[in-house]
Amino acid sequence: MRSLTNVLCVMKRELHDYFASPVAYVFIIIFLALLGFFSFQLDDFFGYGQANLTPFFRWHPWLFLILVPAIGMRQWAEERRSGSMELLLTLPIAVWQAITGKFLAAWLFVGLALFLTFPAVLTVIGLGDPDLGIIATGYLGSMMVAGIYLAITSVTSAMTRSQVVSFIVSVVICLLLVLAGWPMVTNIFVNWLPGSIVDGIAACSVLTHYQSLQRGVIDTRDLVYAGSVIIFCLFTTSVILRNRRSL
Amino acid sequence: MIEVKNLVKRYGPKTAVDDVSFSVERGEVLGFLGPNGAGKSTTMRMITGFFPPSSGTAVIGGKDIIEADVEAKALIGYLPENAPAYSEMSVEKFLTFMAEIRGFKRAEARKLVEKAIVTCYLQSVRHQTVETLSKGYRHRACFAQAILHDPPVLILDEPTDGLDPNQKREMRDLIRRMGKHKAIILSTHILEEVDAVCTRVVIIDQGKLIFNGSPDELRGQSSAAGAVSITVSGPEKAVRDAFKKLPGVKRVDIADISDGRISLILTPDKGTGRSPDLAAAAARVAAENTWELSELSTNPGRLEDVFSQITVSDTAKKGGALS
Repeated sequence: MRSLTNVLCVMKRELHDYFASPVAYVFIIIFLALLGFFSFQLDDFFGYGQANLTPFFRWHPWLFLILVPAIGMRQWAEERRSGSMELLLTLPIAVWQAITGKFLAAWLFVGLALFLTFPAVLTVIGLGDPDLGIIATGYLGSMMVAGIYLAITSVTSAMTRSQVVSFIVSVVICLLLVLAGWPMVTNIFVNWLPGSIVDGIAACSVLTHYQSLQRGVIDTRDLVYAGSVIIFCLFTTSVILRNRRSL
Repeated sequence: MIEVKNLVKRYGPKTAVDDVSFSVERGEVLGFLGPNGAGKSTTMRMITGFFPPSSGTAVIGGKDIIEADVEAKALIGYLPENAPAYSEMSVEKFLTFMAEIRGFKRAEARKLVEKAIVTCYLQSVRHQTVETLSKGYRHRACFAQAILHDPPVLILDEPTDGLDPNQKREMRDLIRRMGKHKAIILSTHILEEVDAVCTRVVIIDQGKLIFNGSPDELRGQSSAAGAVSITVSGPEKAVRDAFKKLPGVKRVDIADISDGRISLILTPDKGTGRSPDLAAAAARVAAENTWELSELSTNPGRLEDVFSQITVSDTAKKGGALS
């Protein structure tokens, strides 16, 4: 009980910081504008002739690649730079509670940005008769990808006092996670690696697990994948924070 | 209340803190001294549970900072060096957060925040964000979060750093008042502060504890401590010989002769211990010889002298290397 209150307390404070600066609003506007541009212009949503959000969801893992690390990079890097980490970690709370609180705040923030894409849903409902179940699992998949990216950013952010370094390193790691399952990349390997290894690499990719959710299938394997990556990353963050040698 | 047991912190081959042990009881204000880079902040960070020690531990009110860190941290109020705070929050919101995360319910938290704001004179800036505050105010805001929950243990890393003289005085008054019923450790390199607030002094140098005692004991270690300055009017040679014969006097130096008055410094023999009667004995000698006595004082010793005697300063080392 006490630990839940602590997590929520940290989360509340983080959310306060997100909305205290204009960065949050800028982020949401850029996210919505880019998403609208990609799905409606680049992917020719209206010429598609189908009442579903496939062209919309297709872009999420790629857009998040840049935008989610931008949201997550401040988690610990900023605390280290300003020295407030010394306050936070000498409070009577466990390290994991602070990590989880920060992670949840960032995740909730991305969730809010995703929620604001509801006009896209309303549009397809207005135009036809979409399968709302697929749209729901599509959003679930987007949240899953955002959670994985954020957890990775949590690790990189704990390693440095520079938000920029944290951003770049996490973009690279997230990119690798995406590319491992991108058909254009896996097709290269197919010719000179045994199929099982290619499948194994692809199974590590965010994209593979994202796509099954886009088809409307909630597979426990996908949820276990996301859950274990997030927990592993947050645990790594706690190891880094506990063993740091300086601020 | 605070027990520091054999704390060691190693950074690779370098030992920043080397086997430091001491303890602080309620009602004590412990001054933690040492040259820059001696390991003061590192020690404090280990006591507050911010850095894991390489070995050893600290026990706060019976709770081990490693084994029972959450319970131990609940008893501590900590003002880190440079007084960090969440810069995008207003003073009031920042303090409310600090109270709520320490487990106080909203109504109670509000009361505590109110009290801390009054104690630290933050009324005029309570709605300002921390990043817009001047250094003195930010410092006080951070101090306010340390005393918010009325902790039995206060750990203050350079509490008067960056404050103006008035604020320094207020801060010292506050610490002295709180020191009556709390256990306080404060680090500083301002020696007058030690005299002003501390009941005990610990000095570390190059990671090692080299002194643990009262400010008076520390002063007593000064080579000038206990020396008696006396000014009498009388014949020079007779005066000097008379004082030289006094028991416990090691050396007599003439500091000044003017208008027939002779100023002398009597250095006591440290081997026989510090004799508080030396001044009285000197006065008797003057009276017996009917020399007019115009000045008499015992040098209590200067903290600065002792400090530089017992610590190795960076500059001294560098100077040695150059010559």
